[in-house]
Amino acid sequence: MTNMNASTAEIAAPELKTRSYVSIEASRGWRLFSIGELWAHRELLYFLTLRDLKVRYKQTAFGIAWVIVQPVLMTIIFTVFLGMLARVPSNGLPYAIFVYSGLLPWMFFSSAVLGCTVSLTGNANLITKVYFPRVLMPAANVAGRFFDFSIAFSILLALITYYRVVKDYPISMSWKLALLPLVVILLLLLTLGMGMLVSCVNVKYRDVGVAIPVLLQLWMFVSPIIYPLNLVPGNWRMLYSLNPIVGVIQGFRAALFNEPFPAFALAVTVVFTLALLLLAALIFRRTEKTFADNV
Amino acid sequence: MRPIIEVNNLAKQYQIGAVRPPYQTLRESFLNAVRIPFQRRSNGSRARKETIWALKDVTFQVNPGEAVGIIGRNGAGKSTLLKILSQITEPTHGTARIYGRVGSLLEVGTGFHPELTGRENTFLNGAILGMKRAEIARKFDEIVAFSEVEKFIDTPVKWYSSGMYLRLAFSVAAHFEPEILIVDEVLAVGDARFQSKCLNKMRDVGMKGRAVLFVSHSISAITRLCPRTICLEEGRVVDDGPSSQIVSSYMSVGLGTKPERTWQHADTAPGDDVVRLSAVRVRSEDGGVMAAYDIRKPVRLEMEYEVLEPGHILVPIYHVFNEEGVHVFPARESDPMWDGRIRPVGRYATTAWIPGNFLAEGTFLVSAAISTMNPVIIHFHEHQAVAFQVVDSTEGDSARGDYGGPLPGVVRPKLRWTTDELGKSSLPLIVEAGQFTR
Repeated sequence: MTNMNASTAEIAAPELKTRSYVSIEASRGWRLFSIGELWAHRELLYFLTLRDLKVRYKQTAFGIAWVIVQPVLMTIIFTVFLGMLARVPSNGLPYAIFVYSGLLPWMFFSSAVLGCTVSLTGNANLITKVYFPRVLMPAANVAGRFFDFSIAFSILLALITYYRVVKDYPISMSWKLALLPLVVILLLLLTLGMGMLVSCVNVKYRDVGVAIPVLLQLWMFVSPIIYPLNLVPGNWRMLYSLNPIVGVIQGFRAALFNEPFPAFALAVTVVFTLALLLLAALIFRRTEKTFADNV
Repeated sequence: MRPIIEVNNLAKQYQIGAVRPPYQTLRESFLNAVRIPFQRRSNGSRARKETIWALKDVTFQVNPGEAVGIIGRNGAGKSTLLKILSQITEPTHGTARIYGRVGSLLEVGTGFHPELTGRENTFLNGAILGMKRAEIARKFDEIVAFSEVEKFIDTPVKWYSSGMYLRLAFSVAAHFEPEILIVDEVLAVGDARFQSKCLNKMRDVGMKGRAVLFVSHSISAITRLCPRTICLEEGRVVDDGPSSQIVSSYMSVGLGTKPERTWQHADTAPGDDVVRLSAVRVRSEDGGVMAAYDIRKPVRLEMEYEVLEPGHILVPIYHVFNEEGVHVFPARESDPMWDGRIRPVGRYATTAWIPGNFLAEGTFLVSAAISTMNPVIIHFHEHQAVAFQVVDSTEGDSARGDYGGPLPGVVRPKLRWTTDELGKSSLPLIVEAGQFTR
């Protein structure tokens, strides 16, 4: 073995099974993601998500309990001040359940979008040193927040059970529950599209990182989270429903509590989400190649 | 054989705005969008951004089993090339085709998170490099053993010493086993022992029919690992060929000291009324003037001079220094033919033969002098007249054997070794040891 030089090594070289190759050249125009490439990196998505989760809750005294603490605390505050003192209506539900079921999808959306703004810029060391599909960074962030969402969802189930069994509160549920996964998928896609968009725009324009927290705060108040949709005057409701979050949150509650689905708002959300995903993917792919130079 | 890497006319342009921050703010973009049309109207041309070509028309191929070194000064485009080949950044034009899995070690430990344990980071880092979970799990024990951090594998890496951190990081990367391994200067990690372990591991990669692209400032590391070297200068390939050749031309340009130096005019040549130097050369065994020599082959030091005044007993002398300035040896002429003999007026060429398997690898600088003894008169002493390079490839029959790591020492003689078997009883050895320690 010691005298093995280049020529003998060539003979020993295993013939590569496939002549498939990676072609590197300047990309032109607009393009979408390559599904094959994303599929090949699915395990990386898993590890990046795991990293986000572990890092977030490592060295915290409450650990994973923080996932629940935040929405629960907010629910208590809103229930006391809005539900009990200001007597904001809640569609016949206990106000706590009403507000929690709104906060749950909202907090997933807002924390994921917020996390996504820095998902690329905060991982500059990775992006400038090693190749992988960049979209995995915001995607892993969304996935991590979705895990939080799932945990927090179990609290909602506990709350419902508590009110039905202990307080004997008539919370009606129906076959519409079967549509809940569809609403959740819509929420997930909307969040992913938003996350992709803000993450790649923030690489070049750091304004996004500053603007997003402010925008999210304002956004929460123009969404039916702490108050019901029917508090909005009827002739304004169309305009109000152009906010894509309205459809998701109302849809979420409708599926859970046997309310009528907000057809118009949901249609707006579906159209908006699909357009957003397409736009975000195009912009992401377009700007992706300069991440390493700009990040 | 079909190449495993094909690079065609690869070019990369960067904009170097004078005071442009690395990122823009929205406001600036808006302002620019508003401003530029006006500027166009006023100047007739768009505000021009200054650009540089970090790479220009780079073309080469690499075959399976080849280990190719890439050298060049800072800013020559080495890192840009590796970044393009590892798909971190896109070329401006040109293409590259890579047949196989690329593992790029542009920096060890990318993606290591300080809060995660060694075990968690191993899996994460492996996945970032492109390994499958099952593959990492299979190699896990091997990786940990190689890194020598077994005891701390479940400790967050923020508690690691920097050495442990880098050892684990390199270990993960080294076990990645890509078809193409791209390495940039990562071997500046850990102690000398671990470095040589890494170098050997990389050499193994090259031998398994894969390809290694290795960028380093350590020229001796390149000559040891890579039979072929590509030299970049200002973004272009200026040289591509056998490492010893490329490295020596690179060296001679770099140091400004060449293997040959001649003096054309009498008034600038070193010397006095007795003797005048006209040339100093380093030659190989068969007479070629080269900048780099195989460690196993003899090297000839030659000085050409003219004796102008009769009646002197002249002694040519060489001093050989290594690149750290260590005086390796002085040598005075010891040719029985000229010992104590007056050198008549005329032209001479005096050669000293440095045997093969004597100098260590590295750069050597040669001073040439001619003296008269009793009383000592130095007619000239030309410091650092010429330089040459000794390269030690890892073919196995030099003194380094098949060891690929860095070796210390200014000389590297190939000694005669003998071992006698002294039978099974250990008694004589104990007696000897006892005598030794007493």
